[in-house]
Amino acid sequence: MLTYITRRILMLIPVLFGVSVFIFIVMRIVPGDLAMTILGNNATPESLHQLREDFGLNLPLYVQYFNWMSGVLTGDFGQSMRTGQEVLPDILSRFKLTFELTLISAFISWIIAIPLGIIAAVKRNTNTDFGVRLISLLGVSVPNFALAIIIILVLSLAFSYSPPIEYVGFFENPLQNLEIMIIPAIVLGSSMAGAVMRMTRSSVLEILRQDFIRTIRAKGARERIVIFNHALRNAMIPILTIIGLQVGTLLGGTVIIEQIFSLPGLGQLVLTAINQRDFIVVQGAVLFIAFVFVFINLLVDVLYSYLDPRIKYK
Amino acid sequence: MKQFLKRLRKDKVGIVGFVGIAMVIIIGLLAPLIAPYGPEEMSQTHVMEGPSKEFIFGTDEFGRDIFSRIVYGAQVSLQVGLIAVGIGAGFGLLFGLISGFFQGKIDQIIMRIMDVFFAFPDILLALTIVAVLGPSLTNTMIAIGIVFTPVFTRVVRGTVISVKENEYISNAVAIGVSPVNIIIKHVTPNIMAPFIVQVTLGLSGAILTEAALSFLGLGVQPPNPSWGVMLNDGRALMEFAPWTILFPAGAIIFTIFCFNLFGDSLRDILDPKLK
Repeated sequence: MLTYITRRILMLIPVLFGVSVFIFIVMRIVPGDLAMTILGNNATPESLHQLREDFGLNLPLYVQYFNWMSGVLTGDFGQSMRTGQEVLPDILSRFKLTFELTLISAFISWIIAIPLGIIAAVKRNTNTDFGVRLISLLGVSVPNFALAIIIILVLSLAFSYSPPIEYVGFFENPLQNLEIMIIPAIVLGSSMAGAVMRMTRSSVLEILRQDFIRTIRAKGARERIVIFNHALRNAMIPILTIIGLQVGTLLGGTVIIEQIFSLPGLGQLVLTAINQRDFIVVQGAVLFIAFVFVFINLLVDVLYSYLDPRIKYK
Repeated sequence: MKQFLKRLRKDKVGIVGFVGIAMVIIIGLLAPLIAPYGPEEMSQTHVMEGPSKEFIFGTDEFGRDIFSRIVYGAQVSLQVGLIAVGIGAGFGLLFGLISGFFQGKIDQIIMRIMDVFFAFPDILLALTIVAVLGPSLTNTMIAIGIVFTPVFTRVVRGTVISVKENEYISNAVAIGVSPVNIIIKHVTPNIMAPFIVQVTLGLSGAILTEAALSFLGLGVQPPNPSWGVMLNDGRALMEFAPWTILFPAGAIIFTIFCFNLFGDSLRDILDPKLK
């Protein structure tokens, strides 16, 4: 197991290197002069020169990349081009919110999707199955931003709800924090639930058709044991795959949801930085999210080998 | 092919999806004939009016007819869907064929590059690319096309590897048919089934991503009638004029739902194991 994890981590190095090169190049191919883009057309030659000096924009590209990466590897993601503040502390403090939102959303989606997916598979081709399939299809077809707007509309008309103006951290006031987070999390979780529900249904169905399930049933095992101890455990691998992928989608989805619900998370930081053309913040935050995404996938891979020891890796 | 169409005709759910898609396409193509007003035509005397006989979906804060904007918005969505998926599917087909057929070092290089793209959540990658290129319809299509390329590459590569195992391919190699000819004449036609399913699902993904980017102000720019732009515009007014968000949201949901319905049906027909 340890060898496998070490090997998987080593395999990540070229991917993470590629990710950093890609982000760096994308941020440098901005049409026109980066300094001019930030300071505007009325900037004086002196201020442009100063900005280039401050952020090393006049250095050769490979030197700029090397400087940036040396900083990243020592925990220095650079400073915001707008505020001059350190980027990493801002990313980390905002990531707490994004991470919490992702976790609650994922949890909500699992408690909705996995039981419904199992029920649909067990009651295949019945009205229940049809209903669950319809819900899951709607789940994957309703964009989270549309759902968010519709929910806000309904809640505002029925209960005079409006998205919170000020965010309160979980450790400051857990109850108030949950009050703020629950609706965004329901919106994000519902959009993920559709995909997980579909995967749970088809995976459980696939396993229920296998010979070993017939043997277990023939031996007189209770249906509950068949489903939970045998079918679900074996169906967990594809379900985990989709969950892993969906957590990435959730991380992306937070960009939109944080904007709609005015939550000061990592997604909102990216969007604000994009609008302000603050490329040091954008490249730092996008790199951070990509790293988190890659490590979640690593975690999912490690869980595979735990759930199914037959999986052997070359 | 005949058998495929026969099975498709029997699949009622798939037909519903297909009819829905056909409706959106027809509405988009015939927009100038269907829409009673121009998409940017303003009327100061009909600002934020609710649905009525004159304006069946109501009007927005500039007195523009929401129904007409939704009808023209179908053109934008279809254009983005087709071109973005065209870019993603085109590059994905090319890279997937090369990667899967030749394997070895070229496969390693292509797939490691794709792994880099897979390391980003879709919407974040699209956002970053649009942020750099600048928000516009063309850049939105390019960004979505780039985001979709790795998915198509992976699907095509996987299928090519399994098709390559067939005897007719080794026979073609044995009699000296050139690799390019084998790829064009023997491999490509046999990977079309999963590729078409992916194209259908990609179309719904592209429409959704465009709407999301436009909603965030980084895709199609106002006053263009994109459904995402309309939804964003309607946010500030939704308590007083809920129709400004409900109809654009309905249009997005309906279109994506139909594409998913049809895509699912195609997948069930082509891979009955999943049914």
